[in-house]
Amino acid sequence: MTAKVAKWPGTELSAKEFYEKVTSVRFRPEAKFAWSAGEAMSRFLAELKEGRLIARTCRKCKRVLFPPRMFCEECFRPTDAWTVVRDTGTIETYSISYIDLDAKRIEEPVYVGVVSVDGASPKMGIMHYFGEVTPETIRIGMRVKAVWRPPEEREGSVLDIRYWRPLREGEK
Amino acid sequence: MTFRERTTRGEALRSWRGDVEADYLYTTGVAGERFFTELRDTGQMAAARCDACDVAYFPPRLYCEDCMAPTPDWIPVEGPATVEEVTILHLDERGNRLAVPEVWAILRWTGIHGGLVHRVAVPPARAKPGLTVRPVLRPAAERVGNITDILHFAP
Amino acid sequence: MRKVACIGAGMTLFRRRLQETPKELCWEASRMALDAAGLTIDDIDAVVFGSAPDAFDGIHMKGENVLDGCGGRRKPYVRVFTGGGTGVFSPIAAYWHVASGMFDCVLVVNEEKMSSCQPHAQSVFGHIWDPILDRPLKPNLVWIFAMEMNRYMTVHKVRYEDVAAVAVKNKRNAVGHPCAQLADPNITVEDVMNSEMMAWPVRRLDISPPSDGASALVIASEDFVKKHKVESPVWFSGVGWNIDTTWWTDRDLYFPEYLANAARMAYKQARIDRPRKQIDFAEPYDPFDYKELHHMEGLLLCGKGEAPTLTREGVTQRDGDLPTCPSGGLLGVGNPIAATMGIKVGELYWQLSGQAGKRQIPREIRTGVTNAWGDLMQFSSVVVMRA
Repeated sequence: MTAKVAKWPGTELSAKEFYEKVTSVRFRPEAKFAWSAGEAMSRFLAELKEGRLIARTCRKCKRVLFPPRMFCEECFRPTDAWTVVRDTGTIETYSISYIDLDAKRIEEPVYVGVVSVDGASPKMGIMHYFGEVTPETIRIGMRVKAVWRPPEEREGSVLDIRYWRPLREGEK
Repeated sequence: MTFRERTTRGEALRSWRGDVEADYLYTTGVAGERFFTELRDTGQMAAARCDACDVAYFPPRLYCEDCMAPTPDWIPVEGPATVEEVTILHLDERGNRLAVPEVWAILRWTGIHGGLVHRVAVPPARAKPGLTVRPVLRPAAERVGNITDILHFAP
Repeated sequence: MRKVACIGAGMTLFRRRLQETPKELCWEASRMALDAAGLTIDDIDAVVFGSAPDAFDGIHMKGENVLDGCGGRRKPYVRVFTGGGTGVFSPIAAYWHVASGMFDCVLVVNEEKMSSCQPHAQSVFGHIWDPILDRPLKPNLVWIFAMEMNRYMTVHKVRYEDVAAVAVKNKRNAVGHPCAQLADPNITVEDVMNSEMMAWPVRRLDISPPSDGASALVIASEDFVKKHKVESPVWFSGVGWNIDTTWWTDRDLYFPEYLANAARMAYKQARIDRPRKQIDFAEPYDPFDYKELHHMEGLLLCGKGEAPTLTREGVTQRDGDLPTCPSGGLLGVGNPIAATMGIKVGELYWQLSGQAGKRQIPREIRTGVTNAWGDLMQFSSVVVMRA
């Protein structure tokens, strides 16, 4: 390589040198977006406002696709119809986060993970928060139910669901 | 093959607003550090020579783009620059109208490969290719090691 | 298809902050690779550049920005991008250039400057999430690794100590790497298990750091190798790549199907049907310690759920039966995303040509495999090389 190379290239800077000593330029691009939700997600968001979760069906592979989409990515054909799915599901995986989106420490951890939704094809689900759980009670395979915001607070967003909580005695 | 349904009422279609935020700090690099500290401390500019290719690169870089050899030997860039081409700006970078139109130019030096894009302090009517100009620096105390240590160019 | 070899490699230090601009980093790595191959830029017919999102360096169209540092001026030049998979994918793109017969000698350069992104590269990683489904939840990218790690460990009942042992192995292996950012000869499993909890189950020492760096390889045809009497060419034996759906919440994360597909593609070309027996060492992508295990299984080097056992039994140590990440990996050397080419395909080259110095695997090796991994847990690129 390696035996021949005396000094490997690269000029290391300490944090102090980086921020205070060397010449540099600071810049903040300000890029704002209005992402088109598209056909499927527009309806998905509208249904969330009504307190419902909606999926699309593909007649060919017979899957119930959630989140909904206008074409089936397996069969590569347009999907066929809307169908409402339930707001109960199963925890497929989860994490307990002690950092926020900028990697700063947060006091109260956030429980987050993937919930596969009842009525959709197996394993189809979304990422969301979990609540009314502790590190000891939360587990993969737990049955959960969505906790919705009151109708007047819903905006047509995944946050119209506050979090998913464990199913209680007698609930299915 | 197309979707089985298509919404035709525009108001039923939603968009989701957001931004792609980031902050950046760009180091000027090894060559840049040498160039900008010199500009800040003495007001002098330099170009990097590649003798094998007989080229002087400006702004100076660490290496020759043709033969990829290192270019540690730098020569001063003194004397006037010539305006190669101009544009008159009426809008700022955000699209807002400028109170006073600004003259910006591509500037070249004799015997130097490359040049600068910078502001030229002349009225738009006087801004023409062929005009010779010199750099006008900020006062030494205000210079930080940035291309804006040059305030503008003027005849 | 023509036979294609790697005939030289170079890389910069990997560090949290380097002063060099992206162009300067590219030039340092390119020059080193050319010098190692005994060539000048005039011997290069085409240049391939690889880098992960523009958003890290913070320069839009960064491939075009750095090209003169890669010797790409007035040459056929292309930038390829597959997120974190780029470290092994850009050598594959360079392979296409030569195998197709269109070019004889190609320089591939990969670079990343994550220090430019303030306050931390994490902020920009956030833009990978779907704006409607995911971003409103204010996710940190560590969440997806945590969710994947949890799923993998739960399905296979993996003990955390066996995962932490990978971080220990790689950070210790990195002591032998001259460019290493996080080499630590004394690190223990306890150190990893006691490090700061980020997003359960992921702790700080489970994660590779963000880094600045660049690496370069010279890729040549068999004719070129013969004509220039190259002494230790290392041959591309098989290449593969594959990607899974962006609907990541619809997938079971415990096993990377896309990696197995890419591996099968590469093994078919390399005529390997018993990977564990026919492959001598591996450089799986290890941005997290559990990923080495996940990828060993995806590379079909062992059965599902078996990688932790191989680790525990010392099989993956440099002097074991299947040395894994002898370079020190991303965990030990650093993670300037695409520039990890230098410790993946680059390491295969240096090991198989006997140039790995203190890291040289202490027995005869003929065949190595590496993979890289990218996007939203979707993509893998695989390369098999032979001496």
